[in-house]
Amino acid sequence: MVTIKQTQLIEWLKNITLVIRENKDILTALDSEIGDADHGFNMERGFNKVSEKIDELSRSQDIAMLMKNTGMTLISSIGGASGPLYGTFFMQAGAVLGDKTEITLTDLKNSIENGVKGVKDRGRASVGDKTMIDVLEPAVQSLSESVGENLSLEQALSNMVDVAKNGMKSTIDMIAKKGRASYLGERSIGHQDAGATSSYLILKALKETIN
Amino acid sequence: MKKLINKIENVITEQMEGMAAAHSSIKINLEPKYIYRSEETKKGKVVIISGGGSGHEPMHGGFVGLGMLDAACPGEVFTSPTPDQMFECAKKVENGGGVLFLVKNYTGDVMNFEMAAEMLNADGIKTQNILIDDDVAVKDSLYTAGRRGVGTTVIMEKIVGAAAEAGYDLEQCAALAKKVNSRGRSMGMALTSCIVPAAGKPNFDIDEDEIEIGVGIHGEPGRKRIPLTNADEITTILTSAILDDKAYSRPLREWDFSTNSWVEKELTSDAFKAGDQMIALVNGLGSTPVSELYTVYRKFNELCEAKNITIARNLVGSYITALDMQGCSITLVRADDEMIKLWDAPVNTAGLKM
Repeated sequence: MVTIKQTQLIEWLKNITLVIRENKDILTALDSEIGDADHGFNMERGFNKVSEKIDELSRSQDIAMLMKNTGMTLISSIGGASGPLYGTFFMQAGAVLGDKTEITLTDLKNSIENGVKGVKDRGRASVGDKTMIDVLEPAVQSLSESVGENLSLEQALSNMVDVAKNGMKSTIDMIAKKGRASYLGERSIGHQDAGATSSYLILKALKETIN
Repeated sequence: MKKLINKIENVITEQMEGMAAAHSSIKINLEPKYIYRSEETKKGKVVIISGGGSGHEPMHGGFVGLGMLDAACPGEVFTSPTPDQMFECAKKVENGGGVLFLVKNYTGDVMNFEMAAEMLNADGIKTQNILIDDDVAVKDSLYTAGRRGVGTTVIMEKIVGAAAEAGYDLEQCAALAKKVNSRGRSMGMALTSCIVPAAGKPNFDIDEDEIEIGVGIHGEPGRKRIPLTNADEITTILTSAILDDKAYSRPLREWDFSTNSWVEKELTSDAFKAGDQMIALVNGLGSTPVSELYTVYRKFNELCEAKNITIARNLVGSYITALDMQGCSITLVRADDEMIKLWDAPVNTAGLKM
């Protein structure tokens, strides 16, 4: 069975840093339309820290520790709402993996599912609120279906990113109900959510690293 | 952008170093960043800690000292501080009586302080979080992140700080903080935008002949944008929004020590009515001269008198600001004798002395 190795997940973290840097201005521009124009700066600050500490992170004894240490790094360096949310995502994603150093598609699904549950508990958002959850929840759903249908890892990641992209686009027509954008009410319609966009970029980086 | 700054990345550090140099009553820690009282407090005293994004000075660092906060955690400009920072800060000042975090209701602040409280409670340090959500410009909490925390924060920090100094325990301090929040209402307005140093340009665009009614302390949009008008009319709009605000109920999260988890508790703010006695704050947002604030206070006082609402105590000045924004906010907190007594207790901080 095809698995994902710990070294590949370290590559994923490096690739997230690159994709966040490339898209920093886009994230900030999206956030300036309906938020407070700092999502690009904050995400870059967090993943720059991950990248600075990548050697130390690489020495984590298993994937659970790698994810936990990454989460802690993000929490202590991002601030704002994104810090606790992405930090919780990585920490909770690691929490269900025991001492594994490589994972199957089923493990990946369980991991991301638990990460997303952590984000929902922390941020109390649901699908339709115009947040990260509009990308993450459908992504988990897609992984579950792929596990049920015995799809290959490659196909599962590909399907996941397709629905994540749709989820990201779906935030354009939504009224924000969480975070700073919610103060705008109906004026938030017509703008893509910055957090949903960074979530999509992170999942897309996973697919591109593995496939 | 014209500002008295050096390197943008050093803005917060240099301001903290300046505060510590100017006031022997406070000390600072830079890695991670927090400001705390120099002198030791009485063993068993509850420690009152607040924090949030920078740019609202003197709040919160300026309110650290006798009779108010034990410590404050500043974040980047307009960005919440982080849980590890709050954790280290609380560990440094904690004195056996537990920790009370006073948290303004913004998504980032709420989540970061909740994580810090979880870490402290797991570490055996009793910690409670009480939110401030007093901005009547936000209509409801059902479809938004809820009302924002603004001017009531200053009044809460003063009253709860005095209570902790007087020997209230953690439960009593938390109950008092909730009471202050349930009795506080604020509304602000902007004549101009503000410039975040890292952005280098105004946070929002507003024409020379327009004003934003109901603006937040980070330049969040308010209820409406209207043509510029005179001080009396602006004061009337703000005061009416506060006095006419109906009873407001919302669920707020607090830590449940019996189950070690967060629970939602309904909090209701009753509408203000004739006969109420108040503590009032007429606040400048950073670039408003105090002379203009007194012009606002003049009309505001007249409007309260006409409704038979007594301003028992007041504060006029810039206490919770939005960097260099021109504009003002008005806060009213319905006070009882206990709150007035605590308000009158001595306070000696960089930003407030009585």
